[in-house]
Amino acid sequence: MEQLRTIGRELAMGSQGGWGQSKEFLDLVKSIGEARSKAEEDRIIARELEHLKRRLADPDVPRRKMKELLLRLVYAEMLGHDASFGHIHAVKMTHDESLPLKRTGYLAVALFIDERHDLVILVVNTIQKDLRSDNYLVVCAALTAACRLIGEEAMPAVLPQVVELLAHPKEAVRKKAVMALHRFYQRSPSSVSHLVSNFRKRLCDNDPGVMGATLCPLYDLILEDPSSYKDLVVSFVNILKQVAERRLPTSYDYHQMPAPFIQIKLLKILAVLGSGDKQASGHMYTVLGDIFRKGDTTSNIGNAILYECICCISSIFPNPKMLEAAAETTSKFLKDPDDTLKRKTFELLYKMTKSTNVEVIVDRMIEYMINITDHHYKTEIASRCVELAEQFAPSNQWFIQTMNKVFEHAGDLVNIKVAHNLMRLIAEGFGEDDEGADSQLRSSAVSILKIIAFEIARGRKIDMLPECQTLVDELSASHSTDLQQRAYELQALLGLDKHAVESVMPSDASCEDIEVDRNLSFLNGFVQQALESGASPYIPESERSGVISVGSYRSQEQHETSAHALRFEAYELPKASLPVATAQASMSMPTTDLVPVSEPGYYKEDHQASRSQPSGDSLSGEFGVKLRLDGVQKKWGRPTYSSSTPSSSTSSQQATNGGSHSDGGGSISSQTRESSYGSKRQQGTEVSAEKQRLAASLFGSSAAKADRKAQASRKTAKEGPLSEKATVTNVTPPPIKEQVTPAAPPPDLLDLGEPVSSSAPSADPFSQLEGLLGPASATPVVSETPATVSSQTPDLMSIFSDDVQTGPSSGSTEPTLGDSSLKNSQKGATVVASKKGPSLQDALQKDATARQVGVTPTGNNPNLFKDLLG
Amino acid sequence: MISTKALSGCAATGRAEVAGGASDVPDPVGIFAERTLIHFVLLISRQGKVRLTKWYTPYQQKQRNKVIKEVSALVLDRGPKMCNFVDWQGYRVVYKRYASLYFCMCIDPTDNELETLQIIHHYVEILDRYFGNVCELDLIFNFHKAYFILDEVLIAGELQESNKKAVLRLVTAQDTMVEAAKEEASSLSNIIAQATK
Repeated sequence: MEQLRTIGRELAMGSQGGWGQSKEFLDLVKSIGEARSKAEEDRIIARELEHLKRRLADPDVPRRKMKELLLRLVYAEMLGHDASFGHIHAVKMTHDESLPLKRTGYLAVALFIDERHDLVILVVNTIQKDLRSDNYLVVCAALTAACRLIGEEAMPAVLPQVVELLAHPKEAVRKKAVMALHRFYQRSPSSVSHLVSNFRKRLCDNDPGVMGATLCPLYDLILEDPSSYKDLVVSFVNILKQVAERRLPTSYDYHQMPAPFIQIKLLKILAVLGSGDKQASGHMYTVLGDIFRKGDTTSNIGNAILYECICCISSIFPNPKMLEAAAETTSKFLKDPDDTLKRKTFELLYKMTKSTNVEVIVDRMIEYMINITDHHYKTEIASRCVELAEQFAPSNQWFIQTMNKVFEHAGDLVNIKVAHNLMRLIAEGFGEDDEGADSQLRSSAVSILKIIAFEIARGRKIDMLPECQTLVDELSASHSTDLQQRAYELQALLGLDKHAVESVMPSDASCEDIEVDRNLSFLNGFVQQALESGASPYIPESERSGVISVGSYRSQEQHETSAHALRFEAYELPKASLPVATAQASMSMPTTDLVPVSEPGYYKEDHQASRSQPSGDSLSGEFGVKLRLDGVQKKWGRPTYSSSTPSSSTSSQQATNGGSHSDGGGSISSQTRESSYGSKRQQGTEVSAEKQRLAASLFGSSAAKADRKAQASRKTAKEGPLSEKATVTNVTPPPIKEQVTPAAPPPDLLDLGEPVSSSAPSADPFSQLEGLLGPASATPVVSETPATVSSQTPDLMSIFSDDVQTGPSSGSTEPTLGDSSLKNSQKGATVVASKKGPSLQDALQKDATARQVGVTPTGNNPNLFKDLLG
Repeated sequence: MISTKALSGCAATGRAEVAGGASDVPDPVGIFAERTLIHFVLLISRQGKVRLTKWYTPYQQKQRNKVIKEVSALVLDRGPKMCNFVDWQGYRVVYKRYASLYFCMCIDPTDNELETLQIIHHYVEILDRYFGNVCELDLIFNFHKAYFILDEVLIAGELQESNKKAVLRLVTAQDTMVEAAKEEASSLSNIIAQATK
């Protein structure tokens, strides 16, 4: 009677609203849902399987009941349990005459076993018979099963029927026959190879569904042997065109796109057919262009098509217009705020760059590079820009302009070699006959600050273009003191008369082996002149090391430029350049004597200016060294030690400042520069003291160690200059320690420090976590356990459900519902009801059914009731 | 593809005749190297309960359990704002969450993930039309219907039909036959019920 009642209830519910399952199955599902652990679930399933084994073996079980038992078996196996004892029953059910049972049998068999299973042999006969059935639904079921169950051995038994079915009046059957044949082909190409011409025929099927299905096997065939299918290119292009023009029934539309899945398949096929085939590709350009134009980047499916389209374009014979369109489409993603997306896009762009689209892509990259702050990534982008520009540059003019931009925005991040390569290109010129273009080129390259000195050597023959002048002006007002300095140096250099510049930097110097005139004899005249006009003579001490550092820096550059290595050893000879030193000192350094012999770095700047050799890198490098040492010290050192450092550095700095103050116009902008550095450094000191405390508290002993190390290195660093000073040599190499350490200008100190300071306050992350999880401390546990269906903590769920809050209020309008519910809390039911939004009735019905059959552990888990698409 | 081969290779060891061939030739039957669009479909609830599994590449029960465990751990762990594509063992798992259900499909990394994502959505839309505001309970209790529909959408790991109406027409045609049979059965049972009164 109970069973009859259930059936009656099912009928009352109708097929759509109710679940049409027996109480037993509902109970099973319910208990699984309520199981609190995997072990409990396993126990329930094991019990169920025992039960099923008994029932299935019972010959008196009615066939309809059998169907349900089989579904329960499928359910058990789906949950990961072995139900192999029931497989034979599934096979038996496929023999059944009634379609519902047969269908269930096929479903179960296809889920239980695959073609390698022994039982397949028992199904093949049934499939064979069913393929001949008058009922097309039976045929469909058999074909679906055949796709899964027919292996190579069984293939001959069903193949003839499947081929026959390709001409079946029902399109659903034709479609499945195509898919089945495709599957057979995949399993065993040799057994089906004589039948592949059928696919060509089906391509012209009246039904778009069959045509679409045919694309699957054709794609596979074409992948294997594109040349045999070249004749289909025009057909494919035509189909694609029709699809894109919305000639297919609107039921194939998906999210307003005309038959997108068919489009994607066609694009994949065209990509293979057009690869390396100019003629075939020629047919495609128009339709691909159309698809691009109609491309919709706002929906996923639109992007899926565009993606396939871009893949296709990059695969077929290149067409500049197409590539440009592809690059343009791709670069649209760069406007997306998502950083990851941008990076991925750039990776893609980088890979698809060709000489035809390099300009667009590199422009985009530079634009992007300018706006990013991430040091590492900026470096990467810059190097990629350079790489692409070098590889694909359409013209020298463009190349140099591009490189200018790169250097302008990320000059410090680019490999020094790049600058040298560019330098050579400029220096070598492009032939005498084209002097105009040449000069333009060179003047446009003028802003490459790393090579500015060399550029001027070339520039002596040409006038500065106004734009260059403005650029220099602009740079001299730049925030970067480094740039500023170079701009000033450049201006000073330009102010010098032509011959002076020429002798300082001979033409084509960058191309030749550089003979370093360590005596600087070419300056003798000038020095003499200066002496005569009352300049004080040069005082050699301590300047030497500065000179060296300039020298070695420059030589490093040269070393990379030209294959001919410079001789470094010469610099190590201490006495050689004494006369030079005198000359230099007398030239423009009347102030050096004011400076106590301390840090050599500061002299270098003066020296440099006097030499009119604006290789400012070394200079800023020196500053960097200084600051860096301080920073390291302060950051890791102990308070006692660090306190001494600032004072010493400040004093030395003040001394230097004093020197340059009295210097009067010796160097062009040294005063402003130095004062700015001074204040900056002061700041850096303070910050680092703060950091140091934090670091000490965070790292304790390790900080002490680092401190000791820093101390040691500092000692050596200090000793270096001192010993040199004692020997009064000049061209001794600078202490290597100092050369190695430079890098970080003051701001870096701050950067380095930040993580330290920020991590310090959040020393107790657990308390924060507790705060986050506080109100729902029980929820994490619940989410771990598999049995949330009936758990008492809806909080977790509510995070993901859109509007649980609205439940109670709108729920009150349905009091009867709550009353009728015996087992469930009113809240649960009403929440569900309110969720159903558009079709409340439907939802209510479902809910009522759920309660009726007693399977609503879901009062607290509205998610089960939530519309998947809602 | 390497890992499929490995997996299937393990799977085959239980079966001597297949395994023997597999050890000599890397791909004796031709089923391991086949190009399949979708390797498997997996529906898991937020609690990690399996709601539906469909395997288009051969996996033995043991492997299936392992795969389910790994994929569900991978997918359930991901936040709502994270990408719908995850690399997993040389494959790519494309998943999408609908209410409390995760729909996962496993494809080769060279495939078009966006398309797969839309295939998932296509399937869910058909389920929605079929059940009328489909919810998880529909799929729990009518999982066989979800299977039938899936069989009409995908066949052998390939998209078979992109026309929702065509799929629904076929499924309901089959259902009406089921209904007819049920009607018959229930009328019988009604007679029995009346008789037993």
